[in-house]
Amino acid sequence: MRERWLGLVLKHPWWVLLSTLLLVVLMSSGISQLYFRGDFRIFFADDNPQLLAFERMQDEFNKTDNILIGIAPAEGSMFNKEVLTLIKQMTDAAWQTPYSIRVDSITNFQHTQADEDDLLVEDLLLNTNQLDAAKIATIRHVALNEITLVNRLIAKDGQLAAINITVQLPELDKNKEVFDTYKFAEQLKADFSARYPQINFHLSGVIAMNYAFAHEAEHDAKTLIPIMFIVIVIMLAALLRSALGALATVIVIVIAITSTLGLAGWAGIFLSTATVNVPTILMTLAVADCVHVIASMQFALGRGDSKKDAISFSMQRNLGPVFITSATTAIGFLTLNFSEVPILADLGNMTAVGVMLACLFSIVTLPALLYVLPIKAGKITVQQDTVMNALASFVIRRKNVLFPGMLLIMAGFASLISLNTVNDEAVKYFSTRTEFRQSIDFLDQHLAASMPIDFVINSGQSSGVNQPEFINAIDQFGQWLMQQPEVAHVNSISDTFKRLNQNMHGGDPAYYRVPTAQDEAAQYLLMYEMSLPYGLDLNNQLNVDKSATRITVALKNIGSKEITAFEQHALTYLAEHYPAYSASAASTALIFGHIGERNMASMLQTLPLALVLISLLLVFSMRSWRMGFISLLPNIAPAAIGFGIWGWYSGEVNLGLSIVASLSLGIVVDDTVHFLAKYQYARKEGQNAEQAVRYAFNTVGRALWITTAVLVIGFSVLMLSSFHLNSDMGLLTAIIIFAALVVDFLFLPAFLLKFDTKESKNYA
Amino acid sequence: MRNAIITPLVLLSLALSLLTPLASADDGKGLAIAKERKSRDAGWGDSESLTTMVLRNAAGAESKREMRTAALEMPDDGDKGLTIFDEPRDVRGTAFLNHSHPSSEDDQWLYLPALKRVKRIASRNKSGPFMGSEFAYEDLSSFEIAKFHFNYLRDEACGDSTCLVIEQTPADEYSGYSKSVVWLNQQYYQPEKIEFYDKKHSLLKTLTLQDYQLYLDKYWRPHKLRMVNHQTAKSTDLIIHKISFNTGRTAADFDTNALQRAR
Repeated sequence: MRERWLGLVLKHPWWVLLSTLLLVVLMSSGISQLYFRGDFRIFFADDNPQLLAFERMQDEFNKTDNILIGIAPAEGSMFNKEVLTLIKQMTDAAWQTPYSIRVDSITNFQHTQADEDDLLVEDLLLNTNQLDAAKIATIRHVALNEITLVNRLIAKDGQLAAINITVQLPELDKNKEVFDTYKFAEQLKADFSARYPQINFHLSGVIAMNYAFAHEAEHDAKTLIPIMFIVIVIMLAALLRSALGALATVIVIVIAITSTLGLAGWAGIFLSTATVNVPTILMTLAVADCVHVIASMQFALGRGDSKKDAISFSMQRNLGPVFITSATTAIGFLTLNFSEVPILADLGNMTAVGVMLACLFSIVTLPALLYVLPIKAGKITVQQDTVMNALASFVIRRKNVLFPGMLLIMAGFASLISLNTVNDEAVKYFSTRTEFRQSIDFLDQHLAASMPIDFVINSGQSSGVNQPEFINAIDQFGQWLMQQPEVAHVNSISDTFKRLNQNMHGGDPAYYRVPTAQDEAAQYLLMYEMSLPYGLDLNNQLNVDKSATRITVALKNIGSKEITAFEQHALTYLAEHYPAYSASAASTALIFGHIGERNMASMLQTLPLALVLISLLLVFSMRSWRMGFISLLPNIAPAAIGFGIWGWYSGEVNLGLSIVASLSLGIVVDDTVHFLAKYQYARKEGQNAEQAVRYAFNTVGRALWITTAVLVIGFSVLMLSSFHLNSDMGLLTAIIIFAALVVDFLFLPAFLLKFDTKESKNYA
Repeated sequence: MRNAIITPLVLLSLALSLLTPLASADDGKGLAIAKERKSRDAGWGDSESLTTMVLRNAAGAESKREMRTAALEMPDDGDKGLTIFDEPRDVRGTAFLNHSHPSSEDDQWLYLPALKRVKRIASRNKSGPFMGSEFAYEDLSSFEIAKFHFNYLRDEACGDSTCLVIEQTPADEYSGYSKSVVWLNQQYYQPEKIEFYDKKHSLLKTLTLQDYQLYLDKYWRPHKLRMVNHQTAKSTDLIIHKISFNTGRTAADFDTNALQRAR
């Protein structure tokens, strides 16, 4: 069967190449359907409970998608004519932002004051002509003392101000909407930077984050893929020393990648932070197959075989291993379907399909390609590998030290795993090299810009928010919140009620308290609402029947575990103190906060499944339960070592890392397969364990360290990504792959020498 | 990136070069139609009505407001209006008095029964929402020629008859709109639909006016007004239950002293 198929390929190489071309063109044409998606929602399934809560809250109140423009004078304060004029002008210009429904800054803050018997509600800075020393002093006083402004739109020290643009995207073509909105803000920033060179502007907010997700993914695609390509070419040149062999490899890799991307396009998958690295990963994984095939062929050519015989020899030798290693890798990646994160499932599916396509092309197209190309024998002279031989001798000599020693080292690293904690903060997904992260980090020093949580407290009845006991409850809650160390700012309607009460009583500070009767509170609020201009109404704080209010809490930069703990803490406080009112919490930070834990849990549950599937595949391929069982420890150990090292090195596990255990399992298992297969072969030939270990080292040792080098370098390229999701994943996977080689060279043979001591004739 | 800057500029210059001659050419017709609309509605004197306002959020949850309104036509000035709130209960008895002026800011007062005081409201708020609804004050105040520049656009079929489509540009810089487009029924010169555009020239809201009834053989009044906000997906219905004319109200019923007595 194998013979007939190979005969067919070598008899009609051009037919094979032509049909490959046709197939590749068909599949690859789907690439035109691909697009980059910039939206933090790509991380979440449609039925994600925190996402649903967030969207319900956005439906009840107004949306909170925003762009925040930070304004920081290089030196000096905000409170002078020039900077205040700038803020006023920029605030006015910001209303032109596409899809904007609201713009907030210190200049259009609706300042209320008692004016004899009237209530004066007016922009804090209505007209820049007003700006004399007295007005500037007033603005400074109001801005720095108004609790709804400080830490939100003005830094406590007055060194930084912000304009918050709330947008409501129609979500018909969300990518374009995010792009248009962000580009407008960027243009605004450029215009004002030109006019005010002494002032620095920083963009952040949900829209900036969404834009950065797409933009940085595109950046990754533009930089990482070419870098990886160059790395591959260099590696091929070093390994094959044959330009045509390298060309054949590059062709196989390229068609595997374009076909995969095309199929993804046809399947409606989009490019994202996760899937953008599929080409890089595929290049890494596919190159090994090709190198094995070509190296074997060169070996046969070198000993004087005809080209046809050399290809046959190579395919005979490699068909099984190439298929098995591809299948185990694909299984590892397919388990990502159990992830809670849709784009990680996309990554898994695309890579799995790509690996199998690469396998197909390596065993069908590659032989045909090699046959028609005028390839000559490689310049590598096959010699007895002294290094591998020495390594084999070392392991055999030191097996009594190596076995317990390695076991100890493995256990030692594994014990460090507990140092890891799950942490998913959206802003920390971005490398500190990215503009978005730099802006956020800068703004966070002055304002609480990155982590709001919204609480909705429902009184249970229409107009309930006007009841003094309700206002007192949210006022108490607000004060409790401010006492929490992680809280930077609280925006609550109770402060507005207190301020109005004071205003309505001629500005008497004694009345800065919650109104004592419901009709009083209701009428003050009505009066205030009637005084507010377009876009600055209370719809973002009160629902339509005034039964519930939204309290926005800005948090200092804390990890995802702390943010979910804070949510729980606050909701418990409310349930204990105000059981009559129902409360809920939602925000993007919370959605990210919860996804990490849940995703980790589901990935840990699927790990045994992947292990069982892959081990069964090994048992099947080696036709030996015994070998399958022996392979378990060396297959699990690398990930345990890797995560142990990670616990010591970083200790923060994000979404990108949660999948590393499953995906690396499918890759590292290859080493074990190759080593055990050769070992088993030698044993069946009647050699004892020692001879069989030496045989395995001599036959696959070199190939193993070469593929490990290729994989480690390939995954290390991911470390250049602008996303920590990808760079961390690349780094840890590289560590695990390297650990696998060490385990397979030092532990596995020692294990076999110690326990596989049965006489060879009984060998099963 | 480059397109993002150039495209708006090109569009803007195109729009300017196209619109300027058109605008001046049809200025006269638009104004004439507006004058006809105003004159056809002149002479109604005074009226009273009962109104329910239904507010809806994006998820469809509803909330009701009940109010009574009275209006007085002022031949040489903007109309006067008085609104007394009945529901929600905690604002019952709160009364809102509005003196609109064709070419200056409206005067507005609010009587708060909890304080037993009349408070004046700053009037640059005309763009703000009325009672948390999708209606702004300026949507509800009386139609005055001096408040807009008019531009006739086209005739268009609407329902069974034909509408004159007029573009209205507010004269006041504190308006919340860049413009509105009015579909004026050609038979009775009353609006059937109005589209409001925000200051960034995006469609913000659409008002549809339905159930027109004829009063005093001359004056058409709608009984159901629905305002839909396209940007937030919120909407407000204004349902007018009963309108009566010749109620005997005089200017004295519309001053700040009367406000305290309003019930």
